[in-house]
Amino acid sequence: MNNKQSWIDQRFPLTKVWNEHLAEYYTPRNFNFWYFFGSLAILVLVMQLVTGIFLTMHFKPDAANAFASVEYIMRDVEWGWLMRYLHSTGASAFFVVIYLHMYRGLLYGSYKAPRELIWVLGMVLYIALMAEAFMGYVLPWGQMSYWGAQVIISLFGSVPVIGPDLLIWILGDYAVGDPALNRFFSLHVVALPLILVVLVFLHIVALHAVGSNNPDGIEIKKNKDKDGIPKDGIPFHPYYSVKDIMGVVAFLIIFCSVVFFAPAMNGYFLEHANFIEANPLKTPDHIAPLWYLTPFYSVLRAIPPMFGSQFPGVLAMGAALVILVALPWLDRSPVKSIRYRSAPFKWALGIFVVSFIMLGWLGMQPVTPVNAALARIGTALYFGFFILMPWYTSIGKTKDVPERTTE
Amino acid sequence: MKTLTKLPLSVAAVALAFNVFAAGSSVPLEDAKTDITDTASLQNGAKLFMNYCSGCHAISFMRYNRIGADLGLTDEDIKENLMFAGQKVGENIVTAMPEADAAAWFGGTPPDLSLVSRSKGTDWIYTYLKGFYADESRLFGVNNHVLENASMPDVLWSLKEGRSDDEFDKDVRDITNFLDYVGEPAKLIRGDLGKKVLFFLAILFVLSYLLKKEYWKDVKYGIWRKRD
Repeated sequence: MNNKQSWIDQRFPLTKVWNEHLAEYYTPRNFNFWYFFGSLAILVLVMQLVTGIFLTMHFKPDAANAFASVEYIMRDVEWGWLMRYLHSTGASAFFVVIYLHMYRGLLYGSYKAPRELIWVLGMVLYIALMAEAFMGYVLPWGQMSYWGAQVIISLFGSVPVIGPDLLIWILGDYAVGDPALNRFFSLHVVALPLILVVLVFLHIVALHAVGSNNPDGIEIKKNKDKDGIPKDGIPFHPYYSVKDIMGVVAFLIIFCSVVFFAPAMNGYFLEHANFIEANPLKTPDHIAPLWYLTPFYSVLRAIPPMFGSQFPGVLAMGAALVILVALPWLDRSPVKSIRYRSAPFKWALGIFVVSFIMLGWLGMQPVTPVNAALARIGTALYFGFFILMPWYTSIGKTKDVPERTTE
Repeated sequence: MKTLTKLPLSVAAVALAFNVFAAGSSVPLEDAKTDITDTASLQNGAKLFMNYCSGCHAISFMRYNRIGADLGLTDEDIKENLMFAGQKVGENIVTAMPEADAAAWFGGTPPDLSLVSRSKGTDWIYTYLKGFYADESRLFGVNNHVLENASMPDVLWSLKEGRSDDEFDKDVRDITNFLDYVGEPAKLIRGDLGKKVLFFLAILFVLSYLLKKEYWKDVKYGIWRKRD
């Protein structure tokens, strides 16, 4: 074994990488529940790639055959139904995991120096994941696939001056049709997965360069013993590898409960109207994107058209995403973790979470005067969280941060 | 192109309009109380569907012999009871009615019902099939509470003749149950498989918890660096 390892090590840094990133990669010993979601996101990514490979073997990216080919997978392909449900449930599970992962970052200030780049890469990942999910949802070519795409892609047409030409360039046609389905398929199975995998790699490289934050928000590297090992650190492997295995199994129990007992999740994971084939002549009575995109869809609808153009709403939706990237530079608090934050920050975070969930719920509802008013309030609160952050993070009294991690 | 760029707005308007419409015609749906594990009910539903519905409605994602395999029927049973027009047992179940004729007779092609249980739900199908009432202003002399101005005749009327409400309800429930199965044949097996998977995962969770606990003793007592 040793001989063989050295033979490889002379040619490839296997032991070096193993030690640097697992066996001698020191991780804070005080991770709690919120720290399971990074490894779970990798699990779901791999699962989506594997099930996606099998689905691609049987799916026909053709407007005339796509819908039927999905039903062919569901009925005539051995275990096709399982691959499809794992993939469709995996899409929603990915966002559940990612939203909890991001919320962990907000709770413990993981985005603050020196981890700004980890956060920025994560936000780019998040936006790429939204694009991936959106294009994937078009592929089954049901009514919601078609009309959802029609609504979202038409937003590009609202860009001043170049809008109409841009729209035709994106669609390869005057409306969503076969050319759009083909290119979305290409982007969904090749371009975006590649981008996602590369970004995940960079996200982890950046993380391992500075090391993980923790629920106390203190830097364990400031307290090292005589061997240069952080006193509050433990090797990732085996301690967190065995802990994450436990997290993976717990996650799979919940995940499989959905896959086997409620794969459509009563219309939240697979919408009812998407079991009707796309019909360009028949607009469904209610068009809503899947739940994970609805907060931003709400922001879009909350902004009224100005000068006869929908563009301000599109800009607001874009700003709602881009402003997330600026978070590390908006937060001026001297402490990272919610445990030691001032009261104003705790209030702001609470209001932000409520407004985000409210926007998500509103995005699934038809527009009524009351809903529109609520969406505007939600949008104002959403942006307020970021714009007012330099102010409310610099007032109020923070608690003293301990030298060492607490249990 | 103008219409496309203004789509979000028109969509909102359409959504509002439809809501008003839906509120005007919707009736509370009855609970279909179907049970997909009841094979006798599915067999009766299949037979009724082929006799009363398949003349006009296709279930084109479904094959004759798949129904046989799933509902415990032999190819001979299928040929005798479910097939009328000399197809082969491996074929998809399409309707013999030409589209042009359908359009002329009903004002539109009767929809394929492969996925109606997934888009509308079993309660809708059950209530719809029971929802016909006499209305002389309509082409076939009937209208429907659930789908106002449906162009479908009350094809199940002969099942009501000289039979109790319960008997009729049972037949409608069986047809609904069959359509639920047709919407997702995997539903017959995924529940059972799911229980096995969850049982396996539950055991694996206990083992993974014990493994984690064993390793983390080192961390708890601060002795991890004395290992190996």
